[in-house]
Amino acid sequence: MANAKSMTIIVTKGTLDWAYPPFILATTAAAMDVQVNMFFTFYGLGLLKKELDLSVTTLGNSAMEMPMMGGHMKMPNMMGMIPGMTGLTTMMMKDMIKKKGVASIEDLREAAILSDVNMIACQMTMDLFDYDRANMLDSIEYGGAATWLENALKSDINLYI
Amino acid sequence: MADVLVDCKGLNCPLPILHAKKALKGLEDGQTAEVLATDPAAQKDFEAFCRTTGNELVSHSQEGNVLSFIIKKVS
Repeated sequence: MANAKSMTIIVTKGTLDWAYPPFILATTAAAMDVQVNMFFTFYGLGLLKKELDLSVTTLGNSAMEMPMMGGHMKMPNMMGMIPGMTGLTTMMMKDMIKKKGVASIEDLREAAILSDVNMIACQMTMDLFDYDRANMLDSIEYGGAATWLENALKSDINLYI
Repeated sequence: MADVLVDCKGLNCPLPILHAKKALKGLEDGQTAEVLATDPAAQKDFEAFCRTTGNELVSHSQEGNVLSFIIKKVS
C-alpha cells in the first residue's frame, strides 16, 4: 500500500443531503489507499440500517434552492410545514441525483463496505433510540466514544459531519 | 492502447475515481487504464488521485466535453 494514512469521520446527520459528504469522502479516501473509520452517532446512526429511507426537508435550511424551469427557486422554509412537502422535496432531490449522474447513498455505502471502510455504530445511540441490531447492517461493529478516540488519536484526518 | 477502458461519461464525483480504482485493482503493475469522464472536475481529481496513490498519470486529453486519462498502475 503506497499510502499508510488513516481518517476518521463522525457521522451525526441522517438526512438525504447530509448523508453525502461522509460517504463521498470515505469512498474516495479508501480509493486513495487511506484506511477509513466511520463512527455513526445520533441521527447519523440511521444510515447503517439495512433498509434506507432517507428524506430531505426545507425546514431549517434557508440555503436550499432547487433548479426549476430554467432558473433556481429558493425553497421557502415555511413550505416544510405543509403535509407532503418533505416527500416532494425528497422526490425532487432524488430526481436531480439521478439526472446528474450522482451516486445513490445506497451505492456509495455499498462501495464503502466493499473497499473495507470500517463502520462503527454508537451503542449508546442504539440504546437511546431503541434500535434493533437485527435491522442494522451485518458488517458493522458497535462501540463508544473511547473506540473512536483510539482511532482518532492515530489518524491523520478526523472529521465531524 | 490501454489494457482496460473505464467509461465514466455522465457520472459525477466521486464515481469516476471509484471506478478507476476498481479497474486499477484488477491490473498488473505497469499495465494501463484509460478513463473517460465528463465531470469537469475530473482532471484536478485524477491528478490528485495519482499524486497521492503513486499511480502514474501518463497522459490526458480532451475531445469535446469528454476527458480521457491514461493511468499506469504503480503499486
